[in-house]
Amino acid sequence: MILLLAAFVGGCGRSKSSITLAGSTAFQPFAEKLADQYMLNHPSASISVQGGGSAVGVQSAISGAAQIGMADLVTLPPEARVLTSTVVAQDGIAIVVHPSNRVTDLTKQQVSGIFNGTIRNWKDAGGSNAPITVVSREAGSGTRSSFEEILGNITLTKDALIQDSNGTIRETVANDPNAIGYLSHALLSDRIIAIRIDHVECSTENVVAGKYILVRPIYLLVKGMPEGETKSFIDFILSSEGQKMIEQNGLIRAR
Amino acid sequence: MNLIGEKGVRRIFLATAFSALSALLLIALFIINEGVPFIVKYGIGDFLLASTWNPKEGQFGIFPMVVASIWVTLGAMLVGAPLGVAGAIFLSEFVPVTVMRIVKPMIELLAAIPSVVFGFIGVVVLAPLIRTYLGGPGLSLLAGCIILGIMILPTVISISIDSIQAVPRSYREGSLALGATTWQTVHMVTFRAAKSGIIASIILGMGRAIGETMAVIMVAGNAVKIPHSALDSVRSLTANIALEMSYATGLHRQALFATGVVLFVVIMILNSLAIMAMRKRVAKK
Repeated sequence: MILLLAAFVGGCGRSKSSITLAGSTAFQPFAEKLADQYMLNHPSASISVQGGGSAVGVQSAISGAAQIGMADLVTLPPEARVLTSTVVAQDGIAIVVHPSNRVTDLTKQQVSGIFNGTIRNWKDAGGSNAPITVVSREAGSGTRSSFEEILGNITLTKDALIQDSNGTIRETVANDPNAIGYLSHALLSDRIIAIRIDHVECSTENVVAGKYILVRPIYLLVKGMPEGETKSFIDFILSSEGQKMIEQNGLIRAR
Repeated sequence: MNLIGEKGVRRIFLATAFSALSALLLIALFIINEGVPFIVKYGIGDFLLASTWNPKEGQFGIFPMVVASIWVTLGAMLVGAPLGVAGAIFLSEFVPVTVMRIVKPMIELLAAIPSVVFGFIGVVVLAPLIRTYLGGPGLSLLAGCIILGIMILPTVISISIDSIQAVPRSYREGSLALGATTWQTVHMVTFRAAKSGIIASIILGMGRAIGETMAVIMVAGNAVKIPHSALDSVRSLTANIALEMSYATGLHRQALFATGVVLFVVIMILNSLAIMAMRKRVAKK
């Protein structure tokens, strides 16, 4: 499908220099905005942005279906070795609970315990006597694999509820006083609160300073060395203008 | 009309008729082509009967989801079938025809409400109620059963009404003439005569319940485990496919298609049962 699309796009855009981006749904909206801005500055360029998830980002960069693959993984899979990766932004993963929850601070061990299913009641984590409802993402999600990898040795409890997007995680946690979940820092709202991990708050400053541990890089992947339009677009994303756009929309600058 | 002619029209209708059939064939071939090699490679026993679903580690056991799909569907039947059949009997036997003519289309309108709306009501209204009064996470097997039970009502009610009305008037008149009351006539004559149609309506409702995806994803919580009570969260076969398809690659993707094959086979069996029940009714007449 993607191959067909890419061939179609490629076929149409011969006269223009066209680039296709595919992959991470977390970075997709940002890539679209950046592409729009870039095309305003460079009328001859044509950039199309597709989703599909980080795994698709890696695959399509390798196969050449997309010139640039997007991935939001902590560690890139081994097959991505052939690709040149550039970190263009960072995203904090916030651990969130219902605003009525008394718990505002957890240690890394406690978070692991809760998601492993060894801590099953809020009273064992400094809260009131109520069962913990763990909410997680589906297998294959970049947010979930980054979360599990940073905390290490997480085997998600079988009782965990599974939601398939950052938005539904937020809704579930906002509706359930006993729930705990995690989502992209960009999507925090006042209906949920982010928990401090080892006394460190999930904030842009702490992520930039490297104090907050739950951070994942967002990679752009290119086969071989980026050149021509591809290089120029990546340079634009890394420029102060591009980085400012990323920051304004809730992600965290790369450097 | 002469422009096309009798034969031309015939061909056009032939083509349209076959387009539906060929779509079915293509879908079947596609799912089987993508899913069956996986089932063969992984082993049908391991796939259907193992209870660990961990795609990252290469473990693909769908047993908890098969169990969940069966429970969700049975639960939806428990909620929807008695309500639907009783409603159909009431509307066709106990109220004037004019009332039924107004109420039946309104019930059928229920079928036009998108499943995402049912799911949303389940998340916002039903799940908090279950969490507050019964415990558990709220997003549960019970919530799924209730929402699906309501969703299948229009199917059950309208097909049941049709089959009850298809019972010849003379049956009822004969029974009433022998001195039976309305209720005696309903449960001893009309209901029995319409039984195969009512069963068909329930089976069709069941097909809808087992195939429903969006509402179940929203209200059932999607935890992969064999439920111990109605308050536990479950993941149905359909939910598994829809949840993970967007990210899946390689073996994981094939496993999801294989889940589709299992679902396809289950729904084929249900539909064949429904067709058999319908045939029985026709044969009786």
